[in-house]
Amino acid sequence: MCDTCGCSSDGGAVLRKPGENDYHVHVSDGAHEHTHTHASDEHHAKPHLHEGQHDHAHGNHHHEGTSRKVLLEQDVLQKNNLLAERNRGYFEARNIFVLNFLSSPGSGKTTLLEKTIPLLQKRFPVAVIEGDQQTTNDADRIHALRVPVIQVNTGSGCHLDALMVNRAVKELDLQDDSLLCIENVGNLVCPALFDLGEALKVVIISVTEGDDKPLKYPNMFHEADLCILNKIDLLPYVDFDVAKCRENAMRVNHHLEWFNLSAKTGEGLASWQEWLEKRLTQH
Amino acid sequence: MHEMSIAMSIVEAVDAKARAEGAGRVSEVDLLVGKLAGIHPESLKFCFSAAAKGTLAQEALLAIEEPEGVGECGECGMRFPVTFYYAECPDCRSLRVTIVSGEEFLIQSITIEEEGE
Ligand SMILES: Nc1nc2c(ncn2[C@@H]2O[C@H](COP(=O)(O)OP(=O)(O)O)[C@@H](O)[C@H]2O)c(=O)[nH]1
Ligand SMILES: [Mg+2]
Ligand SMILES: [Zn+2]
Ligand SMILES: [Zn+2]
Ligand SMILES: [Zn+2]
Ligand SMILES: [Zn+2]
Ligand SMILES: [Zn+2]
Repeated sequence: MCDTCGCSSDGGAVLRKPGENDYHVHVSDGAHEHTHTHASDEHHAKPHLHEGQHDHAHGNHHHEGTSRKVLLEQDVLQKNNLLAERNRGYFEARNIFVLNFLSSPGSGKTTLLEKTIPLLQKRFPVAVIEGDQQTTNDADRIHALRVPVIQVNTGSGCHLDALMVNRAVKELDLQDDSLLCIENVGNLVCPALFDLGEALKVVIISVTEGDDKPLKYPNMFHEADLCILNKIDLLPYVDFDVAKCRENAMRVNHHLEWFNLSAKTGEGLASWQEWLEKRLTQH
Repeated sequence: MHEMSIAMSIVEAVDAKARAEGAGRVSEVDLLVGKLAGIHPESLKFCFSAAAKGTLAQEALLAIEEPEGVGECGECGMRFPVTFYYAECPDCRSLRVTIVSGEEFLIQSITIEEEGE
């Protein structure tokens, strides 16, 4: 049960806004109902709809009926992909440039946004969607910059999906010709599988993580358009080979664009800013 | 565990199709999961049985076919097995390799029982 409103939604994602304690929206596609047949006295049990899920004591009374094979040939992620394309169409129509930021927890996604947004804000409107399993901490950090932000708490979910973004966008006051940054849940595995409708995927790794990371998570680096190596201020203290890391990443994806920077000291931020501004004006 | 939400979307698609076909239950679901798709078949099976509870697929067997990765060299056209995205052409050493198989992630078919009680 939802702690805030007491509704029966379980485990689904919830949208929140910093400083608005009463505000929360459940992300649901209305597919809570399911149909199934009951064992009954009737000869043909009728399908029915009802809320929630429950176990059936079905017993082992399956009779020999006719069995047949039905072809589907359907992409498992089709539903997400279709919705992501709808999001993409909406963003294109309004000329909103959308970046999906992906990394392990702690690589510096939120810090990079905190440093980048003030550099762009004067020329381009910026908005942010923050994905985390719990808390509005990251959204609070972005809120302090006075840009529109919405937090998606995924609960037990370990990634954002196109539906969550679709709902979040409806709650955000997006402007035409703007930049929308989506900070995904910290995880290098499944966010690679879920298209959100973004223009580009930006993967962030930090020098405290090991230069073989691109080989350990090849799907993520294969899907990404851009890689940011963060925390280069720590290079003197760690055993991290920048050239080797980049080479590893390029082996997985030779189209990957690359930036070295420190979100903390600001080193390298200028070329990242320049790249973003170029994309935003071309866009 | 990302296999859980994936298992739920499989169950949803299977259940919808089975209903549309007027099935009594689903006895088998055939999946194609390429070896490069980033999915662990074992955890997917585990999650599937949990996700299928209370649906037409709750007793279904999940059969997973796993196509091997195959790369094609962009320079010399050679095709060869790959186990990872960073493939190198064994012939000309080029890194411009396109994956032509191994990324599949499809529900191929389901077997339904037209339950006659
Ligand atoms: N030394 C150093 N620390 C950083 C840098 N960027 C972020 N951090 C720190 O790394 C930690 C995690 O950063 P955060 O932005 O919350 O990571 P996220 O989980 O990816 O959003 C925080 O303590 C940051 O201060 C950097 O460039 N250099
Ligand atoms: Mg963060
Ligand atoms: Zn609620
Ligand atoms: Zn029932
Ligand atoms: Zn039965
Ligand atoms: Zn996930
Ligand atoms: Zn070759």
